[in-house]
Amino acid sequence: MILVGRDLERTQRVAQDLRVRNQKAKVQIVQMDFLSPESISKEVGAMFGEKPVDMVLIAHGSLPDQQVCQDDLKLCREALEVNAISPVLFAEAFAQHMAQSDSGTLGLISSVAGDRGRKSNYVYGAAKGLVSRYSQGLQHRFAGSGVKIVLIKPGPTDTPMTAHLKSQGVKMIPVEKAAKSIVVAMDNSRTVVYVTSIWQLIMLVLRHLPSFIFKRLDI
Amino acid sequence: MELVTSWGRLGRWPHEVEPLTDRGSSAQLIQSKKPGLAYGLGRSYGDVCLNPGGWLWRTSALDRFISFNPQTGLLACEAGVLLRDIQRLFIPRGWMLPVTPGTQLVTVGGAIANDVHGKNHHVRGTFGEHVRRLTLVRTEGEILECGPNLRPDWFSATVGGLGLTGLILTAELQLLPTPGPWIDCEVIPYTGLVEFFELSEESGAAWEYTMSWFDCLYGKGGRGIFFRGNLRKNGFRADPQLHERSLPLTPPVSLVNRLTLRPFNTLYFNLQKKHSGPQVVHYQSFFYPLDNLLEWNRMYGPRGFYQYQSVVPPDTARDSLEAMLSEIARSGEGSFLAVLKGFGGQKPVGMLSFPRPGVTLALDFPNKGVRTLKLFERLDKIVAQAGGCIYPAKDARMPPEMFRAGYPGLQEFLPYRDPGISSALSRRLIGS
Repeated sequence: MILVGRDLERTQRVAQDLRVRNQKAKVQIVQMDFLSPESISKEVGAMFGEKPVDMVLIAHGSLPDQQVCQDDLKLCREALEVNAISPVLFAEAFAQHMAQSDSGTLGLISSVAGDRGRKSNYVYGAAKGLVSRYSQGLQHRFAGSGVKIVLIKPGPTDTPMTAHLKSQGVKMIPVEKAAKSIVVAMDNSRTVVYVTSIWQLIMLVLRHLPSFIFKRLDI
Repeated sequence: MELVTSWGRLGRWPHEVEPLTDRGSSAQLIQSKKPGLAYGLGRSYGDVCLNPGGWLWRTSALDRFISFNPQTGLLACEAGVLLRDIQRLFIPRGWMLPVTPGTQLVTVGGAIANDVHGKNHHVRGTFGEHVRRLTLVRTEGEILECGPNLRPDWFSATVGGLGLTGLILTAELQLLPTPGPWIDCEVIPYTGLVEFFELSEESGAAWEYTMSWFDCLYGKGGRGIFFRGNLRKNGFRADPQLHERSLPLTPPVSLVNRLTLRPFNTLYFNLQKKHSGPQVVHYQSFFYPLDNLLEWNRMYGPRGFYQYQSVVPPDTARDSLEAMLSEIARSGEGSFLAVLKGFGGQKPVGMLSFPRPGVTLALDFPNKGVRTLKLFERLDKIVAQAGGCIYPAKDARMPPEMFRAGYPGLQEFLPYRDPGISSALSRRLIGS
């Protein structure tokens, strides 16, 4: 298993944790710049250099404050880059190698926030929407081939990224539950997965709500 | 500001909450968020885990394992790791926590700070006795490693130190080899305290785990069920399927009241009596009978509840327990969650550790305001006279004099306090 992270120490901590949890696991670490096309291309190539990677999960992201994104275009750009551009560059690099071997499962974590733009977090939502639409295209490209693309849309999950929302009383999905549904989805090569059916239902309603009603909602 | 409560649900108080999610940045983070207090899962009953108006550093996301040596059973982990996660991961590998309290839904940091005990105190002592090393982060930025042989004074102040000496960041625990997840258990109904003492005495040497449920509302000196168990040496059985349920709402009044208590106790006693004798039980139902009913604390209704847990020394135990139980019986208060247990004779590891030689009685009481507090005052008198003390992890109301008298290590402890840390309990009992 190879963990790819931006922060070396934090990635090492995750690796240590995984080694204790499963003593047979061989965990390697790669630290890199997540926005550099050159490093992404080079590192992904190196990973396939040893032997084909059969399963990839692109899970990084950060939750920006919507107001901050509106006030500071630089931070707005950073939010778009790390949540949209970076995952797509990674996915494209992996897809290229998977296409060659005609095998592999590529999972991307998007978000329910990408299903419809809302005033409270549309910069993040737009970035995740891009990942969703991109995955859709990738699924079309690989239809009928040995490469499987899995798009995962968790709702608010109890991770460091959302730790501050928890204090505001947002009900969080336990990470164990989210992790389990991601594993099952990857194993079964599902195309689109909502971690909880309640969020699937909420987004179904929100997506189809006529805009004259939607505009009145404070969400 | 976020409204935070503790297990007793006696109220909800505003706190600034800072989640700690990475052990690399925690030391720096807490320096600017003071006065603060580490908050794990909030399973302490009273106010030891609360700091109204100040900061709480939420540690539940500091939940990474660091290392494990399968030869020695030494486990290093972050302080927010749950006891449940340790048991789940290591029991199948032949190792378990040597000491565990009656719930596994607590963090390692909380277990150390309250120096918790379990059904095998008479054999293995407290949780703190199995901690080999811990990392303590002070709010001025200093990071201290300590253990039984490294800065033993800091270690002794921090184990059972109620979170007041610094933030416990990581810990090394010595696990105990176990042949499996099963326990050979015996269930013995008895009447009266005399029989309890006889059973305790007789079981101490041959049984790793002992404890007793007690029905103090039953006349003739009460009755109870004595449980004793040993780890089962062999015999593979498939793990049982345990289903977690949750009390879905808080009832408008306590479900535990004068009308329900007596019938419930009789029902429970007779059910256990029917199933008395030797049996094999899974560790989860033996150690953690209530963990599958999440949020069971809601059953006491919107006003919450107190737990009164005291320990009285061996020489005065019989008389003082008799007095306490009859006082409780006369009041008609209490709950079916009543536990008696004999502690072992080890010297406590922490300066403020609660367990000490003698017998401990723990009992829940639905909060009925003044009436409940008056009863506690009467119980305090008995405990104080017997030379006993009350457990801070369960307490929300003991008077400061009672704390000072019950914890002679307090003066020795005070210099180790972190000035950037304060709790509702520390302000109530120590004045700051």
